[in-house]
Amino acid sequence: MALSRLSSRSTTLLHPLATTSLLRRRHISTDTTPLTVETSLPFTSHLISPPSRSVSTSSQELLSFFHDMALMRRMEIAADSLYKAKLIRGFCHLYDGQEAVAIGMEAAITKKDAIITSYRDHCTFLGRGGGLYEAFSELMGRKTGCSNGKGGSMHFYKKDASFYGGHGIVGAQAPLGCGLAFAQKYLKDEAVTFTLYGDGAANQGQLFEALNIAALWDLPAVLVCENNHYGMGTAEWRSAKSPAYFKRGDYVPGLKVDGMDALAVKQACKFAKEHALKNGPIILEMDTYRYHGHSMSDPGSTYRTRDEISGVRQVRDPIDRVRKLIISHDIATEKELKDMEKEVRKEVDEAVAQAKESPIPEPSELFTNIYVKGFGSESFGADRKELRATLP
Amino acid sequence: MSAILQGGVASTALSPFKTTDSNKLVTAPSRSSLSVRSRSDWSKSFGSRLIARRSQPPLIPNAVATKKTDNAESSTSSKSGHELLLFEALQEGLEEEMDRDPHVCVMGEDVGHYGGSYKVTKGLADKFGDLRVLDTPICENAFTGMGIGAAMTGLRPVIEGMNMGFLLLAFNQISNNCGMLHYTSGGQFTIPVVIRGPGGVGRQLGAEHSQRLESYFQSIPGIQMVACSTPYNAKGLMKAAIRSENPVILFEHVLLYNLKESIPDEEYICNLEEAEMVRPGEHITILTYSRMRYHVMQAAKTLVNKGYDPEVIDIRSLKPFDLYTIGNSVKKTHRVLIVEECMRTGGIGASLTAAINENFHDYLDAPVMCLSSQDVPTPYAGTLEEWTVVQPAQIVTAVEQLCQ
Repeated sequence: MALSRLSSRSTTLLHPLATTSLLRRRHISTDTTPLTVETSLPFTSHLISPPSRSVSTSSQELLSFFHDMALMRRMEIAADSLYKAKLIRGFCHLYDGQEAVAIGMEAAITKKDAIITSYRDHCTFLGRGGGLYEAFSELMGRKTGCSNGKGGSMHFYKKDASFYGGHGIVGAQAPLGCGLAFAQKYLKDEAVTFTLYGDGAANQGQLFEALNIAALWDLPAVLVCENNHYGMGTAEWRSAKSPAYFKRGDYVPGLKVDGMDALAVKQACKFAKEHALKNGPIILEMDTYRYHGHSMSDPGSTYRTRDEISGVRQVRDPIDRVRKLIISHDIATEKELKDMEKEVRKEVDEAVAQAKESPIPEPSELFTNIYVKGFGSESFGADRKELRATLP
Repeated sequence: MSAILQGGVASTALSPFKTTDSNKLVTAPSRSSLSVRSRSDWSKSFGSRLIARRSQPPLIPNAVATKKTDNAESSTSSKSGHELLLFEALQEGLEEEMDRDPHVCVMGEDVGHYGGSYKVTKGLADKFGDLRVLDTPICENAFTGMGIGAAMTGLRPVIEGMNMGFLLLAFNQISNNCGMLHYTSGGQFTIPVVIRGPGGVGRQLGAEHSQRLESYFQSIPGIQMVACSTPYNAKGLMKAAIRSENPVILFEHVLLYNLKESIPDEEYICNLEEAEMVRPGEHITILTYSRMRYHVMQAAKTLVNKGYDPEVIDIRSLKPFDLYTIGNSVKKTHRVLIVEECMRTGGIGASLTAAINENFHDYLDAPVMCLSSQDVPTPYAGTLEEWTVVQPAQIVTAVEQLCQ
């Protein structure tokens, strides 16, 4: 296998340090000497020549991938149990299985580049620098949540990290994302916008409208289709005549990426960013998979078999892939990784406990942030009287 | 109930021009002198047009900045204005705002090279370039969404719908993203867009091009709606809407674009939440907006000849309603007639009737009457079209009926 070939080459470099790694992991985990790893699959491209399969990374980066993905996985599983305990209500769309997309993307871009996504946004929020406590508070509708408890699972935002949400209506974020790219071009930001949508949203007309405008005006927009093969309960082959989503841009170049391989995602995003800054929009299709159903109200097994889910989990799980890479490159041992996972679990549990204690929003919050107070007038309801906390 | 009203009134007396220095209540004196203003033939509202401020706070706020010479509430008829048509007034307002703030951009169909289907953006593309006056392809949903996305980062787009009816295609973006993002993001994002376009019943344009969307948008939380009716308030409202941090929908009317009026030379803006007193009176309050204002004024001539003294208020602000001005008027006249072009069911008049009944029930001597368009798709035939919309004769009859 390609991996073992490479690892035998690189272990000659790492070997002297490998012996000390057993005693002090710290030594190697902060090592930033570049490693080169091949992606699991080659990139398939449309109207463009694909980037190379060799991704340069480092031990530190791989360990951070592992840690962050484990954190995301743990958070989603904690959200699952909170939902079943009825502390999270409404809709809760979980991202486990797709973590590599969020992590790989973050590794390739800066906080000035904007990301906008759909309602499956918990992990993207975390990737953009959001805190566990804010995320859980928001999920439970508390005041300390990232949207003050007023948004909920589908409306996570983080303005200072250029994370624009968090949108409930399928596909509505596509024109918004192109608008963000337009603003970046207008303000000469030298940044790009990653607009994420799913295979279900890929059939929305507004996506093609936005793509047309983006291509016409050369906007720095990267449209990322997170293809987890199911639009809620409808499989890809039943909803799209042409499931090659990366080719659907027609006149816009596209790239198909193995979305379960964080390094491939990183490579593709880096490539896409360079392309978008110079030549306008590009479509990335991330071939990924979600283990949970569409949302917590969907068992996820009525339209696909449990064997399929467990099969993907065994063969393509993103965290396992990185774990194997780390072990084969002797960056850390199995036990150290397990310890890291335990720490992550503890961190998540603490955040959940803290969030459970946090206060619910004041009743007067009902009327705040409807309008921006400005232009000399206060915002009232239609009867011009500002209602204060006199709710029954 | 009246106690609450007193409280409400007291607070609204301060609110519209609340600034960091609360003693600059320039409009307060003018509001109390509401009934002693003399009439004039065009819309002289008491001082809301031209309000001077001595110092500029850092944020764009309130009312208007005039030049150094302080004109508190002086009438502008002594100053020389310039005459122009309503669409030119809109263009002037837009151009001044684009000059003033580089973040303002315009997007819409045929706004750039073509000059705008109603010439509101004529000449702007030559002056500001293609990146600031954007010709979009025909995809209302997408370009409205794009405008909103751009606004999230700080740009101030003015989105033009070639006809308001086309904005129904963008309803999802307007309702969910435009109106709600400020709330669902916990205040992180503001959406300072202006969505504007002509609507209303024109001259035999057909059912789909004669729609009145005020009724559909009015229940979206988070947006403001204003309707302009004269070149003066068109320019003022356009400028105010662009400067506002909230999303504002500016309703223009297809048949009003060629109205001519003389407007002041100096810079002014109109308050977005304030109604305009068109003609003070004693017997009955007639509330109207947009084109119906002219039908009402025509009816008013007949009514004056018959001995009635109607008070005509152009409500201008469709969301939120200026219940302060309206309330004062109701307390004076005790009779209300609403004349609107919106549909009978669920229109602006319906909401206004409910609001007046709720708040001013004790002051009414007669039930609130609402004259609106028929609940039919606008027919093509000229005579039928005339009968869908409220005509001056019907207004006269209604006033006579109410004032019995």
